[in-house]
Amino acid sequence: MKVLVPIKRVVDYNVKVRPNADGSDVDLTNVKMSMNPFCEIAVEEAVRLKEAGVASEVVVVAIGPAKAQEQIRAAMAIGADRGILVTTEVSLEPLAVAKCLKAIYEREAPNLVILGKQSIDGDNNQTGQMLAALTGLPQGTFASEVELGEGVVTVTREIDGGLQTLQLQMPAVVTTDLRLNEPRYASLPNIMKAKKKPLDTLTLEDIGVDGSPRVTLLGVSPPPERKGGVKVGSVEELVEKLKNEAKVIS
Amino acid sequence: MSVLVIAEHDNSALKGATFNAVAAAMALGADVSVLVAGQDCAAVAQQAATIAGVSKVLVADGAGYRHALAENVAALVAEIGGDYSHILAPATTTGKNIVPRAAALLDVQAISDVIAIESQDTFLRPIYAGNVIARVQSRDNIKVMTVRGTAFDPAQTGGDGCAVESIGGAHDLGLSSFVKEELAKSDRPELTSANVVVSGGRGLQNGENFELLYALADKLGAAVGASRAAVDAGFVPNDMQVGQTGKIVAPELYIAVGISGAIQHLAGMKDSKVIVAINKDEDAPIFQVADYGLVADLFAAVPEFDKLLG
Repeated sequence: MKVLVPIKRVVDYNVKVRPNADGSDVDLTNVKMSMNPFCEIAVEEAVRLKEAGVASEVVVVAIGPAKAQEQIRAAMAIGADRGILVTTEVSLEPLAVAKCLKAIYEREAPNLVILGKQSIDGDNNQTGQMLAALTGLPQGTFASEVELGEGVVTVTREIDGGLQTLQLQMPAVVTTDLRLNEPRYASLPNIMKAKKKPLDTLTLEDIGVDGSPRVTLLGVSPPPERKGGVKVGSVEELVEKLKNEAKVIS
Repeated sequence: MSVLVIAEHDNSALKGATFNAVAAAMALGADVSVLVAGQDCAAVAQQAATIAGVSKVLVADGAGYRHALAENVAALVAEIGGDYSHILAPATTTGKNIVPRAAALLDVQAISDVIAIESQDTFLRPIYAGNVIARVQSRDNIKVMTVRGTAFDPAQTGGDGCAVESIGGAHDLGLSSFVKEELAKSDRPELTSANVVVSGGRGLQNGENFELLYALADKLGAAVGASRAAVDAGFVPNDMQVGQTGKIVAPELYIAVGISGAIQHLAGMKDSKVIVAINKDEDAPIFQVADYGLVADLFAAVPEFDKLLG
């Protein structure tokens, strides 16, 4: 059984992103880039399926600049077998990414696609659902548990108010939520081994995808600042202020 | 111009977020229709028909819609979506599951988590965990989006009851099936619609200590939330998480207990009207956004707070 894991190179989650000087976009000069955290969870889950003897091959695919091969190598260090990089210097929208992934899906014919529920840059939470739509596959989004059966995958989903369990016919698309697993740290020998694993590079033309945007970014701005208030000296003072000043409790 | 709002419901009543989505739809200044896809959901359709400003309710009744399975509902939305200029749904786990799938079937780039509508094609939405607000313009023929409930005051009920029309197209693709649902049973209000929210962080130290917050919450009629750190540490389930990767809340009063105030968490609660922070670390970033900060040991302060409320 083959598992395809799409991943994304994004600004590291520790970086506080700000608008650039003219407010046309965010300022990303010299910021640290990493694998999107939800994608790491997806790689970890696929590798665990392989270690459990359920999956036979884990293929990662990234769509992005040439440097995204760093993130593919990072996924290989966790345990992915092989990588595909679709290079593009422009940042693609989720629909265009899903079209690229559909092309890769058709080439690779995996039994399962596992990817992060959202990337922490655009925060769109769309790509997995769109890939499922374009390929006509079932989708199990926001997964906190994935269990493979005979021709089916059972996915427990994090929904508002609790958990929902669905059974999907395979092949299927699963998107990861935070509690699915805790990704391992890659060991030095595995990081060295990852450097020798096969990595194919393709272009948008190779896979016949038009990446032109549908949405124009008109500008970015910082969110409205919230001013800090006062420090109170005691619980008694706090309750008094909430009752008589803020009037939010009675 | 006409807007379709995908209603969220449990086959017996509308979920609150639907009213916020209808309000966003009305901000577009066009005719608003509401789609109720479910099974045996006539009562929901009748309820939707009484929302002021809604001109038509479409009901699709079929087994495939019972649990709002994305494959089936998205197929329905894609089938009828061509008749609309805009398709909106609440930015809940249900909306986020269905809307991108429907958008892709319509070959549209969806817009997630809209927090303001500037014009018929220009919207504001947070990116980078709420650190930046993007102003975006859609060039697609149909604008498909999820809207954040806290950004739009709910539409009112009390309309005269508009037309309710049954539509066909009972999609049941058989790609996925419902197994079970485990919803947290609680007498407390729902996190995203509560007037008061009490949240705990890593400072609570374990799940048992959240009892302190439950007791305080019950005095205040509050919902209880948690920071991602508390969820990751396994103190409480993920559906209690407030933050960019969890729920976005904007209550009248938000009380952050033992929460340091990571950007991630602030993104989920900084639109609250009044913020209270209780933390023993006086340098915790949460104090920078708190209207009232109390530097104290929560294990002493929370029981005292509880006691003072009588």
